[in-house]
Amino acid sequence: MKIYNKGPVFLGIVIFLALALFPFYNNFGKTNKKPDPKTDTPEIIEYEKLNGKKECVESKAFMRGEHMVLLNDWRDGVVRDAYRGYISTSNGKRFNMSIQNGCMKCHSSKKKFCDECHNYMAVVPFCWDCHIQPKEKEETKS
Amino acid sequence: MSMDRRKFLKVAGISSILGFGASVASARNYDLQKGLVPPQVDANKEALTAKRWAMVVDMSKFKTDDDFKKVISACHTAHNVPDFRKADGSVDRKMEIKWIWKAPYERTFPGQDNKYMSEHMKEMPFMVLCNHCDNPPCVRVCPTKATFKLKDGITMQDMHRCIGCRFCMAACPYGSRSFNWTDPRTASNMKGELPNKAYPTRTKGVVEKCTFCSERLQEGKLPACVEAAPAGGILFGDMEDPDSEVRKIVTNKYTIRRKPDLGTGPAVYYLIGGGDHA
Amino acid sequence: MLEKALEGSKKYWAWVFFLGGLAAVGCYFYFQQFMFGLGITGLHRDVTWGLYIGQFTFLVGVAASAVMLVIPYYLHDYKKFGKIVILGEFLAISAVIMCILFIMADMGQPMRVMNIMLYPAPNSMVFWDVVVLNGYLFLNLLIGWVTLGSDRKGIAPPKWIKPFIYLSIPWAVSIHTVTAFLYAGIPGRHFWLSAILAARFLASAFAGGPSLLIILALIVRKVTKFDPGKEPIQALGKIVAYAMFANVFFLGLEFFTAFYSGIPGHQHPFHYLYAGLDGHSELVPMMWTSSIFAIVSLLMLVVPSIRKNEGTLALACVMLFISLWIDKGFGLIIGGFVPNPFEEVHPYWPTMPETMITIGVWAIGLLVLTFLYKIAITVREQTVGVEIDH
Repeated sequence: MKIYNKGPVFLGIVIFLALALFPFYNNFGKTNKKPDPKTDTPEIIEYEKLNGKKECVESKAFMRGEHMVLLNDWRDGVVRDAYRGYISTSNGKRFNMSIQNGCMKCHSSKKKFCDECHNYMAVVPFCWDCHIQPKEKEETKS
Repeated sequence: MSMDRRKFLKVAGISSILGFGASVASARNYDLQKGLVPPQVDANKEALTAKRWAMVVDMSKFKTDDDFKKVISACHTAHNVPDFRKADGSVDRKMEIKWIWKAPYERTFPGQDNKYMSEHMKEMPFMVLCNHCDNPPCVRVCPTKATFKLKDGITMQDMHRCIGCRFCMAACPYGSRSFNWTDPRTASNMKGELPNKAYPTRTKGVVEKCTFCSERLQEGKLPACVEAAPAGGILFGDMEDPDSEVRKIVTNKYTIRRKPDLGTGPAVYYLIGGGDHA
Repeated sequence: MLEKALEGSKKYWAWVFFLGGLAAVGCYFYFQQFMFGLGITGLHRDVTWGLYIGQFTFLVGVAASAVMLVIPYYLHDYKKFGKIVILGEFLAISAVIMCILFIMADMGQPMRVMNIMLYPAPNSMVFWDVVVLNGYLFLNLLIGWVTLGSDRKGIAPPKWIKPFIYLSIPWAVSIHTVTAFLYAGIPGRHFWLSAILAARFLASAFAGGPSLLIILALIVRKVTKFDPGKEPIQALGKIVAYAMFANVFFLGLEFFTAFYSGIPGHQHPFHYLYAGLDGHSELVPMMWTSSIFAIVSLLMLVVPSIRKNEGTLALACVMLFISLWIDKGFGLIIGGFVPNPFEEVHPYWPTMPETMITIGVWAIGLLVLTFLYKIAITVREQTVGVEIDH
């Protein structure tokens, strides 16, 4: 079999492999721990004390898969239709449709909750360009 | 099968266009296919509602410079409006963002002054802001409906959808709109603690303006400027409600609006002569 | 056929790499703008559109001007344009690409550009501008590809391309009318609120585009073996003369309405542009240059002996192009924003990064033009003597 332009072709293949396999050989030997979003913020613990159980807007499975769409729907509901309350389909409770004054009131640490999965998946949602993230509480060892 | 380069390019080109078009066509349009409708969502019980929000401004109640400062500060603090200053402390006109501010009579109502009017009269300050017009040119020109009319008459701004084309700023006959020429969080008043942690900031590249405090109305509160103004200085109410203060004033007293002949139908009325009202 | 763009002399490649370098510099400054925001330009709260949108407006006109070759050739059988219609169509492609790039450069949130398609707003002229510009780009790519491909084989193009060619005629008019509607329907900007703005846009497009084509044809004759011919260039010269007369006449009409009516709002922008207002006269030298160049070039084009001499014709075309570039690419936009709705004068001048990005976009457009012309001209050189029959 005659190979035309052997030089450039093989060089191209080598460059392609170098680029395409970069994520693999660059991370060789490193471990990436599984994301572990914590739901033990003081606010959630307080809620659990008062109500006997933890209650989120929807079930864990739903939120894991659908919180992006839910937040988009909340965004349009609040800004474009002036809705403010969301009735949960799993527990019937009414939640304030707000990321700053709703979600983050319980999940008050972006680092321990949102960032856990987002960093693992290399996702950078641009919510935080505008919406104010709650102040991270300093770890106190006492 | 054999394929020459032309055929390959044709097939590649057509499939790219079709693929791209299909992904756009199948994307969900949040305006047409609403994800959440009542009864799964509802408005707050305490929300203030109206058929047509409007404002009456009575400049006779504004006596000192402090009166103006309080109003502007209340609005800009409540909404994390960045305050860009130059190195010497003066306002950086290039980056300036303002939702409500004061402008002299001859600039607020250009053409209404005359050559015999005293300079003092020409310089009398007026509070100016977005007029939330009935027939807003900004809404007409927005290519993404990022600025739109709410059912209660407010000309609203959706900072999530704005692409920053600034067509609305060109279209507004009143100069009410501001643009984020850079990241607002680099302004001097936005470093450290943000002025209002319950309200977001914006990001660079989007347009913003007064929203008649739509988020405060949802909580049953009056707009920040109305609360901060001297008593009776700024009145806010439902123009479609015959019993509202604003409706009574506009029906029975002389008020003027900015550039009325353009057909925009502004909802901010300036009372002439002052008077007694709550 | 496309590979012809990759075969060329040393001079060709030197030109390509020069343009590539300018484009790379433009990209660098665009990256700075992307990170910092549009504050890197000279724009501010009162003048929100400047050099980028001005260039976009001007280039939509250049793109529309291809129709000035298509109409005589396809509708009126003016066979002399047969060999150069493709040059007009390829210029249109290059110009539309530049338009799209300028729009992207001007957007505050370019990542959200698909919102225009995801949330269509038929009430907005920008929405329709996006639709018609992309449609025009597609039309010219299709027509150019098919007709040039047939020329290369020495046969007539397939019949099904004719409807597309006929469609491109009203479509060309529409792209510039819609762009004019961006300005002519804004109630608060007196400088733009004029019914004749759309007509003025078309007249200046049909003068500026063909004059650029004349310059390009003369350059092509000099650097390649393809000679567009003396008669097509002369015919284009006549078209430019008539269109420029209409354009200058329309500008005169605007002056009349503004100053005879005496309405201050209508006069103030003209004062600012041509005489200075409130102590600001930044644009005065440029606007007078534009007007003087316009009148001088028009006179040169109208006198047959001057027009027939290709040297003076080229000079007239250059002056005309510069005049229209200043008028539409700069003066028109600033005049709409100054004075602002409060009757205050807050001037605008582009910054260095803004200028470099603009030059970068022009470099990309000229690069596209170079590649497309290389392909077209190579086909012409290789089919010398073969009759063109579309």
